[in-house]
Amino acid sequence: MKHFLIALLLALPAAPTLAARSDVIVGMQLEPPILDPTAGAAAAIDEVVYANVFEGLTRIGSDGAVVSGLAASWEVAPDGLSWVFRLREGVTFHDGLPFSAEDVVFSFDRAMADDSLNAQKALFDGINEVTAIDDLTVEIGLDAPNGSLLFDLAWGDAVIVSPATADTNATRPVGTGPFQFSEWVQGDRVELVRNLAYWGTPARLDTATFKFIADPTAAFAAMMAGDIDAFPNFPAPENLAQFKADPRFQVLIGSTEGETILAINNARPPFDDIRVRRALALAVDRQAVIDGAMFGYGTPIGSHFAPHNPAYVDLTGQIPFDPAAAAALLADAGYPDGFETTLALPPPSYARRGGEIIASQLRAIGIEARIVNVEWAQWLEQVFGSKDFDLTVISHTEPMDIGIYARDDYYFGHHDPVLQALLTGLNTITDEDDRIAVLRAAQKQVADEVVNVFLFQLAKTGVADARLEGLWLNSPTQATDLTAVSWSE
Amino acid sequence: MYRYALSRLVSLGLSLIVASVVVFAAIEIVPGDPATYMLGLNATPEALEALRRDLGLDAGPIDRYAAWVTGMLRGDFGVSYTYRTPVADMIADRMWISLPLALYALSLSILIAFPAGVIAASRRGSGVDAGLMGATQLGVAVPNFWFAMLLVLVFAVNLRWFSAGGFPGWDEGLFAGLKALTLPAIALALPQASILARVLRSALLDTLNEDFIRTARAKGLTRGQTLRRHALRNALIPVLTIIGLQFSFLLAGAIIIENVFFLPGLGRLVFQAIAARDLIVVESVVMLLVVAVILVTFAVDLAYAAVDPRLRRRA
Amino acid sequence: MRSLWIGMALAGVFGLGALVSFVWTPFDTAALDIAARLQAPNAAHWFGTDHFGRDVFSMILQGARVSLAVALLAVGIGMGLGVPLGLMAAAASGSLLDEVVMRANDLVFAFPALLIAILITASFGPSASNAIIAIGIFNVPVFARLTRGAALSLWRRDFILAARVAGKSRIRISVEHILPNLGNLLIVQGTIQFSLGILAEAALSYVGLGAQPPTPSWGRMLSESQTMIAFAPWLALFPGFAILLSVLGLNLLGDGLRDLLDPRLRRARQ
Repeated sequence: MKHFLIALLLALPAAPTLAARSDVIVGMQLEPPILDPTAGAAAAIDEVVYANVFEGLTRIGSDGAVVSGLAASWEVAPDGLSWVFRLREGVTFHDGLPFSAEDVVFSFDRAMADDSLNAQKALFDGINEVTAIDDLTVEIGLDAPNGSLLFDLAWGDAVIVSPATADTNATRPVGTGPFQFSEWVQGDRVELVRNLAYWGTPARLDTATFKFIADPTAAFAAMMAGDIDAFPNFPAPENLAQFKADPRFQVLIGSTEGETILAINNARPPFDDIRVRRALALAVDRQAVIDGAMFGYGTPIGSHFAPHNPAYVDLTGQIPFDPAAAAALLADAGYPDGFETTLALPPPSYARRGGEIIASQLRAIGIEARIVNVEWAQWLEQVFGSKDFDLTVISHTEPMDIGIYARDDYYFGHHDPVLQALLTGLNTITDEDDRIAVLRAAQKQVADEVVNVFLFQLAKTGVADARLEGLWLNSPTQATDLTAVSWSE
Repeated sequence: MYRYALSRLVSLGLSLIVASVVVFAAIEIVPGDPATYMLGLNATPEALEALRRDLGLDAGPIDRYAAWVTGMLRGDFGVSYTYRTPVADMIADRMWISLPLALYALSLSILIAFPAGVIAASRRGSGVDAGLMGATQLGVAVPNFWFAMLLVLVFAVNLRWFSAGGFPGWDEGLFAGLKALTLPAIALALPQASILARVLRSALLDTLNEDFIRTARAKGLTRGQTLRRHALRNALIPVLTIIGLQFSFLLAGAIIIENVFFLPGLGRLVFQAIAARDLIVVESVVMLLVVAVILVTFAVDLAYAAVDPRLRRRA
Repeated sequence: MRSLWIGMALAGVFGLGALVSFVWTPFDTAALDIAARLQAPNAAHWFGTDHFGRDVFSMILQGARVSLAVALLAVGIGMGLGVPLGLMAAAASGSLLDEVVMRANDLVFAFPALLIAILITASFGPSASNAIIAIGIFNVPVFARLTRGAALSLWRRDFILAARVAGKSRIRISVEHILPNLGNLLIVQGTIQFSLGILAEAALSYVGLGAQPPTPSWGRMLSESQTMIAFAPWLALFPGFAILLSVLGLNLLGDGLRDLLDPRLRRARQ
């Protein structure tokens, strides 16, 4: 009893202090396996270190635009084959070593090397040579013009690392960003402290802690109990109404780059028949999936493209929800009684819940989709790697990735020469209107081919203490940029 | 006795070898490649190859088994595929939570079970006995993760007496650490306390029927006095056996509770390592737990044989 | 005797519910109705509806089917393998065979059960049948040890000696004389392992390793409803009580059976 009394006394809310807090505790569902964004694919790596600890020549801002990072300015040669970047002065790494052109050359050479562990090595494919012209000038030579080079260099996989610490960044990251690494208690949290020698606008927080809570219930309880100040990607949309109703919290609903699809193995019968794929699309009620799986958070999509992108064209009306038409089309394709198939579902709730709803919708037209729940490791190996699947639900979170539909080796098993012709040379188009026209045509082509059933754009559902300011609303890239975060009163 | 100990030692060695082969083989057949998991969707084949080389995954299974076993004998558990830190350090870190949690839960369990068992036995057949035994029936039947959910709901979300989970670290002070472990320990302790109380009660009742107890009663001691002075001591042997079993169970069996309270303990380490295909961590932790139980069983067997010569003939 | 009746009633209710669910449930749990989701218990939906608009009462009935079937089959595996092993070990008492069986038993006991179950499902995929195997494996040493212990004491009895004098083989004696005398003991232990199996199945499906959707299971109902416990508590309460009451019922039944079948064993149980 005494123990409980003591616990009760200590747990009483402390009297509100007048000074604004200068620390923040941010919740994340997954713990990064390592902290080096140039040697791993996990989104969690970027969500901790991107823009906080590590910076690239360019970076992606909160609105999705590419802005300058460690490069203050750049010029491109008229032939588009040579880019010259002018680097910022007075930049130092967290270990005190100065940042120079040599570090840029080292970082890119390391990413392009034969034994590179870079998870997005393809970003550097068109780069022919990187040379330091002087201490603060770097030239990047290309094999062919690349209209998206600045965007490519803004990825977390293209951040600049120092040769002195490249090998230890996995556990003790050293970058140039506004925060420097302080401690990693594996399984629990990563702590960052403000970089006092930062070259740009300094961070307003003294310390930032990322705490890893995999279980959605635990995440909810931790927010409610005040253990955590913000959860930028809150995993349980069903709890958002409770947070909204509580004046202690703010709920931030934004957009992400995640196109959530029912991916179809186009190479495997009966899905090689477009009528069957169209029947699937007709049978799926997107709004029911959004309501049931995401509690209404998500925007329906009709092709593989993000609705907030200027080049977006709304194709959701192209294949409306119509189970009767679906059944008729299925009969037309030679499956009047439907067929049996499998539906592989990775762990996130959009897939597990969405998949269960879709299976029930498919059952209504006679397609018996057996649910196979898989872990990420299995999904990567069986579905993505060996293409051994029928149907799967997945969110493609890479920005601007419609190009995957032009890849014959991709796991959709789809070969589309029309789209390939459309997209070749996209990168060399410099006129913005022409680019948009091509992207729109590509969206239409992908929707016409019904390569997959396009469900919805994943929403970014963030929860934070009501007094916390400066968090990103949208998620144009996987990051938790804390540079501008501060406490009001 | 020496011959018995020697034969047990031989079978102990064989058990350990068999266990290591079983653990390694079980983990070899788990599908999924750690390198693919690390590098994700857009990794090039060369990058995957380079990472596999880095991790030592390009060697054959027999070589890897040999490397693993010889490493363990030297105390080197290898380097985690995903975290890139020595597995031994990771295990040691997690032990600082799992071990105190197991001890805490066990202490709670004993604190609850002893009074309950003694009272129930001394008032056998009374309403108190029936009430206590009914409560332990419930305690045994409650799924502990469900109980944990209810604890969080009441004490963390509604009353806010405790945090919902997580662990501040022991450098925040002993009290902060114990406080964070309190709800998980309660959730773990309840079923264990119920089992222990039942064992204690029946062990006490058994000894109460023995002759020396009757003698003590005849000397004029009250039922309660006899129970405390004589019966309790004799009932301790089965109770200690159960406590030993419970401790090793609590060490490994807290996975689900560690998940509910997001405690970075040993169980959750393995759980996450399986998902991430960090197989070297899984192998080492499972092996460590198996070795611990085998050694404890061995010690207990020897102790019993030393006490009771009849048991030696069993082997 | 009271515990026998209460146990029988509780276990009977769940057994009956499971059987009834084969032919009838109030609602179809395979058809989702998002519009009717998260209704509190009412006249139509006695236990309310879940986040997909499914009837919780119907799911509890069907969940009973999975829980009972998994636990029962796991007991079957445990008995099917454990009893013959125990009989063999006892018949060959003191031999190498006995030693190997007993040491193998200790070894299985030494493995952390839940971790191994997780590994099994990681290798072969989550499903009810893999849950049965995972739980069944750990039932084997329980029955082997119990059978061996009880059989050893029977071997010293006069009627066995008589059979040996009559020239019957050890195998025949084990099957014809020892096994029938173990019936009561096995029924009692079987009931206990049955109830433990329900708890284990609940834990496995709680971490997503049991029966797969759309088949309802109590453990998965709990894990799916966890985030909604604050605003839809019925989703977590009913499956939790279903587990609690069915396990309680079987435990009481086990106690009662023991008292009924073998008074000497009374109180000996933990």
